[in-house]
Amino acid sequence: MADFLISSSGVFVLGALFLIGALGPLFFFVTRLGSESFAGQWSYALSILGSLLGLGIAGAVIFLGQGIAFDAGAITAFVPFSLRVDALSAFFLGVISLIALAASLYAIVYQEHFRGRYSLGMLGGVYSIFVASMMFVVMANHALTFLFFWEVMSLSSYLLVVYEHREKANRRAGLLYLIMMHISMAFILLAFLLAFSAAGSMNFDVWRANLSSVATPLTAALILSAALTGLGIKAGMVPLHIWLPEAHPAAPSHVSALMSGVMIKTAIFMLVRFFFDFLPGSSLWWGIVIIAFGVASSILGVLYALSEHDIKRLLAFHSVENIGIILLGIGSAIVFSASGAPGFAPIALAAALFHTVNHAIFKALLFLGAGSVVVATGTRNMEEYGGLLKVLPYTGAFFLVGSLAIAAFPPLNGFASEWLTFQVLFAGLASPITSVKLVFLFAIAGLALTGGLAAAAFVKAFGITFLARSRAHNKTACVHEAPPLMLVSMGMLATLAVAFGTFAIPISRALVGIAASVGHTTAHLSFPTGKLIASPVNIAGMVPLATVFLAAILVAALAVGLVFWATRRNKVVYGATWSCGTPITPRTEITATSFSRSLMVIFKGMLRPTKQVSVAYHDEVSRYSVKSSAISVGFFDPYRAHFYTPIENALIFIASRVKRIQGGNVNVYVVYVFATVLALLTFATLI
Amino acid sequence: MILFLIQLTLVPLLSPLLVGVIRSMKARMQSRIGASMFQPYLDLLKLFRKDEIISRDASWISLAGPYIVFIISVLVPLGVPLLTVSAPTLSFPGLAAPLTLAPLGDFIVIVYLMALGAFFLALLGMDAGGGFGGFGASREMMVAALTEGGLFFALLSAALAGGSMTTFVIAGRVSELPLISYTPLIIGFSAFFIALLAENKRFPVDNPATHLELTMIHEALLLEYSGKRLALLEWAGANNLFIFIALGANLFFPWGIAAGESVAPAALLIALIALSGKALIALGAIAFIESVIAKLRIFRVPDLLFTSFVLGMIAVGIIIA
Repeated sequence: MADFLISSSGVFVLGALFLIGALGPLFFFVTRLGSESFAGQWSYALSILGSLLGLGIAGAVIFLGQGIAFDAGAITAFVPFSLRVDALSAFFLGVISLIALAASLYAIVYQEHFRGRYSLGMLGGVYSIFVASMMFVVMANHALTFLFFWEVMSLSSYLLVVYEHREKANRRAGLLYLIMMHISMAFILLAFLLAFSAAGSMNFDVWRANLSSVATPLTAALILSAALTGLGIKAGMVPLHIWLPEAHPAAPSHVSALMSGVMIKTAIFMLVRFFFDFLPGSSLWWGIVIIAFGVASSILGVLYALSEHDIKRLLAFHSVENIGIILLGIGSAIVFSASGAPGFAPIALAAALFHTVNHAIFKALLFLGAGSVVVATGTRNMEEYGGLLKVLPYTGAFFLVGSLAIAAFPPLNGFASEWLTFQVLFAGLASPITSVKLVFLFAIAGLALTGGLAAAAFVKAFGITFLARSRAHNKTACVHEAPPLMLVSMGMLATLAVAFGTFAIPISRALVGIAASVGHTTAHLSFPTGKLIASPVNIAGMVPLATVFLAAILVAALAVGLVFWATRRNKVVYGATWSCGTPITPRTEITATSFSRSLMVIFKGMLRPTKQVSVAYHDEVSRYSVKSSAISVGFFDPYRAHFYTPIENALIFIASRVKRIQGGNVNVYVVYVFATVLALLTFATLI
Repeated sequence: MILFLIQLTLVPLLSPLLVGVIRSMKARMQSRIGASMFQPYLDLLKLFRKDEIISRDASWISLAGPYIVFIISVLVPLGVPLLTVSAPTLSFPGLAAPLTLAPLGDFIVIVYLMALGAFFLALLGMDAGGGFGGFGASREMMVAALTEGGLFFALLSAALAGGSMTTFVIAGRVSELPLISYTPLIIGFSAFFIALLAENKRFPVDNPATHLELTMIHEALLLEYSGKRLALLEWAGANNLFIFIALGANLFFPWGIAAGESVAPAALLIALIALSGKALIALGAIAFIESVIAKLRIFRVPDLLFTSFVLGMIAVGIIIA
């Protein structure tokens, strides 16, 4: 069994499962067999099998310390198809499989939400391709293999973003997504081509072996800048994040969970590959730059999230925040390995990886919870929610667990990885260079502020959605709890959120081992994960959550028991909420916008809120009696105004100049061809 | 084990007294006679014996929340050095070595556990769907979000001065420092004191004695609660005050605290007297502030909290420089 899991045939069975899952709906459509729901269920069932196999492969590779390598070059020299699963790949494969398992389970029932409006078979089929492409992206070992799966991943997720294509907002979001993904792709391609010109091969093994020795410092810097830009777009790093809050909410919720939970992490994966595998030993300043992006992403991400009242956009902005926290770990790792403290680098990288898996778990949980809420209420606008905990008790409880995890409260998993990140940043304070110390000081400040603001954002997200009374205008909507299978999926993720916190010590130790194996791999692909777990620098061995959990249970049992016993004769009466004697209506309650209003005012320098008041009068001339008044609050978008619009204008300007060469006259075109050939010949002779 | 019981019970047993002492000090400063300083105990007793009313709009959050808030306020003191610098241990039958509770003393755990209490308190405010509770929750989270940074950096300055993340070790090491190295700690303590005022809903951030709709923060959250649940929330508030005073007294000025592993009764008694003396000074300062200055306008509060944040960063900056 274990032999099968760490062989290339295991990987091919994995691919085959998803391929059958994707082709099934097509087959059923052509042959008109089975119902529409069945076509979708077929895909999800095979995705579940595939995810379980993926988890098996990941577990086998990590625990046996033995990688998988496959190269089609041995069969045919023309197809650049090469796969390699080492500890880092296996870790990301495991995370993707875990979230895909939950999302597929959820989707079996959730797809009924779209029945009759959109094709369920197509959703399931494209979903299978999407999951499989993510899995193969992290296993690719050749630039072209990687680009192929990367492109499949972008295109299939684009199809999923525009799945509800009859809504204009989704089509717009999809277009933006498609454009940004291809800009990202262009930068990654640039990085690959530069690496190819330096190393003379597209094979990652060759890059691993000698890219850092053959690339000049300038080439290396160009490769890393192009990679950071391209991958930064995919990861949703500020200021390249603008596609994320548009595209993630537009997709069906189980796809949002995958996109936010794991798809953006494939960029983190490649970033780790570039900085620690292909070009290890990069300069300290790369670390500083990444930390700076991390701080900016985390603070701005949480502030934008706080200002949102669309539940899925709110969650999408929190992905920007959490990518920022992950970048803090990666940046610190680069700083440590460049500034003579390489012992800390694996711990910093482990903190980033730990937050990667934790964020995947709780963000998927929150998106699936939001999906249930959206199905139940028919809207994504939080201002129309309220009181849902009474009708969606389980969804609400799971959403609460997710909220506590993302706001980093002990003893949940979000706290464990933020704790580790804090320890890493504290270690940075001991750096011998004063300016580096200051960077770490500000990074700690940023992370502390982010933690506080995230708590406020999730009091809002949970409180406005699930507590108090319904604010819905449309009271006829039939609000109901999610079906059991969807609850099982959320319950699984909620349990994992608790477990990854409480058992943080063994997990973070294993992650230190995985982090330390990056860039260490020998030709036989065996890596000393087991030895590295007992590494001497062992901050990771001290995550304090197990004790906190135990003590909390003990104190809780004591206190609750005592109070119950002491007050066993007291009565409880249910009455109306006190409101100074005025009638209780939905308008008595606080809204999402006014909840965050005070923090918006405090941070108005960063958020630049805009306010528009429109008043209609009964008599336009005298303007005494007001008929109706409305206020709309928005936010100035500095990225579009100062970054994207100027670029767009410049592009249009250049294009309008360049189009003059299109005269329409064939003779002119012949001159162009001639001039080009002449130029190329001259160029060739000069070289 | 004996230490565990002390750490577990000392705070909830004495915390109402702290509130009573502040109130009687304030009364003296304002030329009133005031109630006995044991009045908070009687109040709690009265509330525990009363029946309670719960809003029909409320969910299970209202039922469980007061317990959670109270439990956190009893859990956190297990990680705060109250009388001695050795961490409490727990022994179970069948457990080879006694389990140390030192991980609870990790200062990040303390900060985030306190924030968890604030999180649930804010949810409690929103649960009944009244206007006051909602706005109270909004303001509470605004204050909590901005206080966390100052509190974090204040404790970090003590942690770096003591060379450990665990409060028990910090208290032991800081007490051995020469006086000259207290300079950054005093700056850190000023950041901490501002955080103390804000987190405990004291002047100039909030008025603990008000029920005026437009200004209350903390009281607005408790408005819908009565009987034993109100008692638990009031008691938790008093516990939090004790926690903050003990943290301030024993991390920044840990003089008199029992050193070493010993739990000799004499050393513990001296530590208790020292803690009481330091607590009296802190309570006097709070009472004095509440008697002489006015509450800040809500949008001036962030200025104060950012001051705390910056002071904390300066303290840390001095230490690492």
